Amino acid sequence: MPAQTLPQIPIKKGEPAYKLWIFEPGWKGELPLILNLRQMAEQKRPAILPGHRLCAGCAAPIIVKLASFAFRGPTIVVNATGCLEVATTIFPYTSWAVPWIHNAFENSAATASGVESAIKAFKKTGRLQWDHVDVVVFAGDGGTFDIGLQSLSGAAERGHDFLYILYDNEAYMNTGIQRSGGTPKYAWTTTSPVGTVLPGKTQNKKPIADIMVAHRIPYVATATPAHWLDFIKKVRKGIEVNGPAFIHALSSCDRGWRHDTSLTIEISRRAVDTCYFPLWEWTPKTGYLLTDRSLAIARNPKLKQPIEKFLEIQGRFRHLLKPENRHLLRELQEYVDSVWEDLLNRAANAPR
Amino acid sequence: MTEAVKTPKIPPEEQELLTINGDEAVAYAVKQSLVDVVAAYPITPQTIIVEKFSEFVANGEVHTEFVPVESEHSAMSAVVGAAAAGARAFTATAANGLALMWEILYIAASLRLPIVLAVANRALSAPINIHCDHSDAYGMRDSGWVQLFVENVQEAYDTTIQAFKIAEDERVLLPVAVNLDGFFLSHTLENIRLLPDEKVHEFLGGYRKVPKVKVDYFDEEVPLMLNPARPLSFGPLDLYDYYFEHKMHQVEAMKRVPEVVREVNDKWYELTGRKYGDGILVPYEVEDADIVVTVLGSTAGTVRHVVKKLRREGKKVGMVRIRMFRPFPHEELAKLLKDAKVVGVMDRGISFGSYGPSFLEINTALYDYKEKPLLVNYVYGLGGRDAPPELIEKMFEELLKDAEKGVVENKLRFLGVRE
Repeated sequence: MPAQTLPQIPIKKGEPAYKLWIFEPGWKGELPLILNLRQMAEQKRPAILPGHRLCAGCAAPIIVKLASFAFRGPTIVVNATGCLEVATTIFPYTSWAVPWIHNAFENSAATASGVESAIKAFKKTGRLQWDHVDVVVFAGDGGTFDIGLQSLSGAAERGHDFLYILYDNEAYMNTGIQRSGGTPKYAWTTTSPVGTVLPGKTQNKKPIADIMVAHRIPYVATATPAHWLDFIKKVRKGIEVNGPAFIHALSSCDRGWRHDTSLTIEISRRAVDTCYFPLWEWTPKTGYLLTDRSLAIARNPKLKQPIEKFLEIQGRFRHLLKPENRHLLRELQEYVDSVWEDLLNRAANAPR
Repeated sequence: MTEAVKTPKIPPEEQELLTINGDEAVAYAVKQSLVDVVAAYPITPQTIIVEKFSEFVANGEVHTEFVPVESEHSAMSAVVGAAAAGARAFTATAANGLALMWEILYIAASLRLPIVLAVANRALSAPINIHCDHSDAYGMRDSGWVQLFVENVQEAYDTTIQAFKIAEDERVLLPVAVNLDGFFLSHTLENIRLLPDEKVHEFLGGYRKVPKVKVDYFDEEVPLMLNPARPLSFGPLDLYDYYFEHKMHQVEAMKRVPEVVREVNDKWYELTGRKYGDGILVPYEVEDADIVVTVLGSTAGTVRHVVKKLRREGKKVGMVRIRMFRPFPHEELAKLLKDAKVVGVMDRGISFGSYGPSFLEINTALYDYKEKPLLVNYVYGLGGRDAPPELIEKMFEELLKDAEKGVVENKLRFLGVRE
């Protein structure tokens, strides 16, 4: 089928970029996946509109914006309770150019199951007015690693066709930086404070993407907003597969991670450069495949940076750089190395 | 009680006679109601609804997407998603399952989604118990749902179909819970009459039609659903500057429920020859009664049997079955009760530290009358404890004595509990 565009795309020069996405009944085709930066800037309109109330320096809207550049047509967005939800929809305003629903904190995957089932029922009875309607979920780490894990696991097991994008800012940022299952070891949060006895959170981050791999759903990947091309391609793959897809996107939070608002993308880049957050994708057929910068590091291990490069620009890890905590830093490095080595052993495209 | 009409549009001989239990009756009603999405999780005594419905799905008898979720919380969450997407959606549960749905019950009502929920009423834990009482339903009374209670298996079938009609009426747009007593109805076989499929489709007007609303950023009225042609945001953050007004919309919608329930009851009567009082209250022998007992659910059958017996003995007793508990019919019920000497309020559930929930409502209903009956609350049948005719008769005897004395000493009584 020839690729088609939204009626208002490409954007005319001087026209506001904040129009709703309108797919009239009967609209056919697919929005093109544009991978050229200039063309993307000229032709793509994000599903999240300007004027939202997310913090300056927040990675979440960048993630949503990039993801929406990969939407292929009519799309319904489901959003778990969290920063993204509260900051984009304070009534009577909304920042969403596409149909959007927020139900509660722990049930975005179950809600998406219902939306997807409705679409299927409409299709079965000839009431769906488009060839397909995609369902994309955005949920934070609290709503995914912790309170929403059951709902996500159930939906994955049942095989509903939706893409779940986890924007992981590694703590409950919306309620004021409390530790979550996604918070890394030794990070400061308000419920894992650095005290005279405890050096921040004492447990490791839950391997959420590997948990989703263990479900053997059609597509799982990791991503960051810094590696935008890699991310956009992954979103499109996640939407195109039949069945559940999961993308774990690292989403820096300048308030919670304690970094300068200008460093959001830099930190995402360093998370990958230090192998703290490797980029990969997984399908049942291919197994783990390293992508983008992580593949480059696997091929040329000299590119791998020490973990300090990731920690040194974040206040939440400040205590780790003190001389008396050198052993903690060493331990963290060893942990990162072991996870990375494990991934290299599993990745089909890592050099042997 | 079922009253016969002389010429229903579909005479009884054209209605299929089936011997099924209450759960199966609900499943048949859902099957005929062109439901798009059913999401459910097993819990006794609701399980047969889901089992039976799964058979319909497995045999291709319905177009419904059946979502066998991993919890009741996800069941309610999924039907919220489905209904927001424009589907007709149904789920069923009981007791602890309903308690687990609690958070999302409020969301379903506040998003104005016409979901239908069957509750096979069962006692809440602990101690764990699988038998009937109404503590589960009483737990959701403030959530913004319409709550209907049925007396028998026929009514479970009829009411489940009616519930879709009520919920989807544009004057209402609220979710409706159909309560049937666990085991007493859910697992009890009864001969009931089913309408032909196409007559149910006709009654409901076919597939669900989504109402249109005015939204300030569209020039025209747009369907209130997740619609790629006219995108809307469902479930936004709503703070002190709008939340209160949105709650008032729910208050107003609740006020419009009784007229719709009555209309639907009347239409059903014309169609099938069956009606349940005015749809809201089902009075029996109340006109000249000194003693009136109010009751919800299947116990009404036993109470009616006892009333009949006592009437034969010349005792002026009567009964009102409360079919609609939310919104509560305060004024209508007060009119039926105000001239009695004593009213016995039967509650199959209790608010610990207070009285039974329907007793509180009836007190409120009668407060403004200068001349009003004495009120007694009978909490009975907790955890499925039987309420046989002898026990109901004992209650009437007590109430007759209270009437003689003209004073009630013990307002809160427990019927059928060991001392």
